[in-house]
Amino acid sequence: MSTTNFSLTLHVWRQRGPAERGHMEVFERADVSPDQSFLEMLDDLNEELVRAGKEPIAFEHDCREGICGCCGLMVNGRAHGGERGTTLCQVHMRSFSPGSHLYVEPWRARAFPILRDLVVDRAAFDRIQQAGGYISVNTGQAPEAGSIPVPKPRADQAMDAAACIGCGACVAACKNASAMLFVGARVSHFVLLPQGEVERARRALAMVEAADRAGFGNCTNEGECSAACPKQIEMPHMARMFREYLRAALTESTRVRKDGGA
Amino acid sequence: MKLDARVPAGPIEEKWDKHRFALKLINPANKRKYTVIVVGTGLAGASAAASLGELGYRVKNFCIQDSARRAHSIAAQGGINAAKNYTNDGDSVWRLFYDTVKGGDYRAREANVYRLAQLSNHIIDQCVAQGVPFAREYGGLLANRSFGGAQVSRTFYARGQTGQQLLLGAYSALMRQVHAGKVELETRREMLDLVVEGGRAVGIVARNLVTGALERHAADAVVLATGGYSRVYYLSTNAMNCAVSAAWACHKRGAGFANPCFTQIHPTCIPVHGDRQSKLTLMSESLRNDGRVWVPRKPGDPRPAKDIPAAERLYYLEERYPSFGNLVPRDVASRAAKKVCDEGLGVGKTKLAVYLDFADAIQRDGRDKIEEKYGNLFQMYEKINAEDPYQVPMRIFPAVHYTMGGLWVDYDLMSTVPGLFVLGEANFSDHGANRLGASALMQGLADGYFVIPYTLGGYLAQLPRARVDVEHGAFAEAEQGIRAKIDRVMKVKGKQTCDQIHKKLGLLLWNKCGMGRNAARLGEALQEIPRLREEFWHDVTVPGRADDLNQQLEKTLRVADFLEFAELLVRDALERVESCGGHFREESQTEDNEARRDDERFAHAAVWEHQGEGKPPLRHQEELTFEHVKPSQRSYK
Ligand SMILES: Cc1cc2nc3c(=O)[nH]c(=O)nc-3n(C[C@H](O)[C@H](O)[C@H](O)COP(=O)(O)OP(=O)(O)OC[C@H]3O[C@@H](n4cnc5c(N)ncnc54)[C@H](O)[C@@H]3O)c2cc1C
Ligand code: FES
Repeated sequence: MSTTNFSLTLHVWRQRGPAERGHMEVFERADVSPDQSFLEMLDDLNEELVRAGKEPIAFEHDCREGICGCCGLMVNGRAHGGERGTTLCQVHMRSFSPGSHLYVEPWRARAFPILRDLVVDRAAFDRIQQAGGYISVNTGQAPEAGSIPVPKPRADQAMDAAACIGCGACVAACKNASAMLFVGARVSHFVLLPQGEVERARRALAMVEAADRAGFGNCTNEGECSAACPKQIEMPHMARMFREYLRAALTESTRVRKDGGA
Repeated sequence: MKLDARVPAGPIEEKWDKHRFALKLINPANKRKYTVIVVGTGLAGASAAASLGELGYRVKNFCIQDSARRAHSIAAQGGINAAKNYTNDGDSVWRLFYDTVKGGDYRAREANVYRLAQLSNHIIDQCVAQGVPFAREYGGLLANRSFGGAQVSRTFYARGQTGQQLLLGAYSALMRQVHAGKVELETRREMLDLVVEGGRAVGIVARNLVTGALERHAADAVVLATGGYSRVYYLSTNAMNCAVSAAWACHKRGAGFANPCFTQIHPTCIPVHGDRQSKLTLMSESLRNDGRVWVPRKPGDPRPAKDIPAAERLYYLEERYPSFGNLVPRDVASRAAKKVCDEGLGVGKTKLAVYLDFADAIQRDGRDKIEEKYGNLFQMYEKINAEDPYQVPMRIFPAVHYTMGGLWVDYDLMSTVPGLFVLGEANFSDHGANRLGASALMQGLADGYFVIPYTLGGYLAQLPRARVDVEHGAFAEAEQGIRAKIDRVMKVKGKQTCDQIHKKLGLLLWNKCGMGRNAARLGEALQEIPRLREEFWHDVTVPGRADDLNQQLEKTLRVADFLEFAELLVRDALERVESCGGHFREESQTEDNEARRDDERFAHAAVWEHQGEGKPPLRHQEELTFEHVKPSQRSYK
């Protein structure tokens, strides 16, 4: 861990648009402060580029405190730089060794087309959510909040799942570019709560199918997703989602048989 | 400019019910004939768009980020207030109303605040039904904690991520409406102008942030929920994309801007560490439930915190304010921190910090309990500072955090431009000169779920049915204006980045229009801001093209607006010769140097009217009357 300013070499993916070819561009960086965040280090580089009349590196960020899910890049092949439970905006330069070479690339997945440099289009996550990631309650229809107790352990588990920030690191870390950890977190969050019970079957089916349609890959249980997750969403949430899906697929097909069989 | 708050007559408890009854209705089948634009997908925007979609309106909803779920509301940590009185400790709608008016230092409109307190309980019901995983007790019921400025426990929370969870609730309701085809979601769009025709808001012009194209959108009404303007100070706890641009564009189109100088300085932020920092990080106020604030009694005491014995520590909040102690409201806590640092008692490298110490709480409740309550905050602190707050006290300092000022709205949340409604942090209404912790989330959701669905209908029901479409000259004119501004900024081709100029602006405002203000420094700021603006228009540079994804252009346009807006903020501060909320006006203090509010001269909202380029704005006043909470010098002692 360095305490004085240091140098390093950045290799950054540059790509003008979704249909264009990209390449790595090399930048020598001196005077990197250990107290800077990774994104502030990129800011410094961008400031220099702009002053030189060159186009800065496009990357996404907003809250810079690990909660909005905007930021996210591969650094040396690891999502968010690989620090456990940390988004890239919270990674500080003190975690890198002086003189190192850092390879900075966007999330790579068919379902996340690259828009520019390090910016990808994650609208597919929204589409999964639209397919069923909600409890159907209109404004005004809610019963009194205290009327349905939820056992604390279950509420805590639901919160664990709900902590997903939708950054896409799970997809980027998976060799199949599967979104199942994301879907698992959403499905688990709802199914763990009594409020989510009513629509559980429809929700699981709709969200899993939406993920397939969006072009995400299949899950082969490698667990890379959970290891890369900045919010440490755990594999059992995904297992729960698969159980939900199977259960729903079964009851749903029975229903179809019954309905359609007469 | 006519300021008519249109507060309904009658006893305060009955105003809202009576008003809802008096508002005209639109038959369910006719609602789909109306198009409503909602700008913003934070708590206020998402809740409004979803609720309006459910009612059957055709809604177009816009946001800057790639997904509606990423609005800045996501960053709220601490919690949301409601008058449920689940803790049986004496809370009620009246008490929440009272605390909020008093906490706001008597600069809010009573009727609005009362309605907010009334609606607070419905919000919790709605959120629980959506699946928001609020913290619970072992019996399975909802847990509460305390926040500054209140002596009851009325804050609901979801670990340290209350904003994120509430927003996911609103976002999921919104996604359901998108799926149902009721809401059209336009992400990565930035509204750059409001279109006004025939004296009412009829649409917006937005820039597609992927292609750079300017797009026109027409509607029967525009609902603005674009958040606050703290980033005018450059360093703040706000997210990087927060801006004043949408509100400023509306102001230039005729919307009065109220109390721009009312900005909130939050007492518990991670101190500034260097000039290459991009933003500040908040440590939730909830930490003051268990953390004790102190500084060494001896200036420059070199010993590590744990080696300083209790007798040599100054627990200045507990000493000065024994009944509220560490839980005094934000403005009081911030000013007190500034005071001890001004006296040379600050800690850390810069001496611009005080300790927030958990040692006693850890000893009392055990580390596990503290970890359960604040784990993610402690983790965040450690990441930034490379120090373990379980072992050594946190160092904190006040930072710009929230803006009570905003576009003026009447009781219906309509601005001075008919058809333009303003919700959430973007409006000015409910928090007076100082917002209490955990009430911004409450206000955003009250506005979006429970106020606008009624008041918008009332407006639309009396509208003549002739839509202004996007081919109308008013749209062309607005688009031309934006195009000209973009061309102008692209053509400067100077030597500085917008951030360089923005930093100068921020520093200037922090020094001359921050927590302590006086006429001389404010006067200087009023001279310097136009010079800085001049510098910007001669020396800024934006590479790349305008008809393209160009993040530098986005930022630069926002800075251009901050540079104009800052002048209004300072002007407003100069005119308000009283200490109020977080701001200590040096000319207005008591004998023992406490803040002195001046109700004789300033019990009003100052509302500014734009007069055109280069002309000084006009200041109007909405007089505030207090029938229920009698203004007194606030005391938290
Ligand atoms: C770190 C932090 C912690 C906080 N903690 C708490 C807390 O514990 N309790 C509490 O009550 N309050 C808290 N607050 C305050 C509270 O979070 C905010 O006031 C509130 O969330 C604002 O919500 P909003 O819907 O008005 O705006 P925002 O959430 O800011 O949303 C603004 C929306 O408008 C969009 N937008 C803006 N400009 C444009 C444009 N030109 N064109 C198109 N779209 C645009 C954005 O994309 C976004 O979708 C906290 C604030 C911060 C900074
Ligand atoms: S910028 Fe928000 S999570 Fe990193």
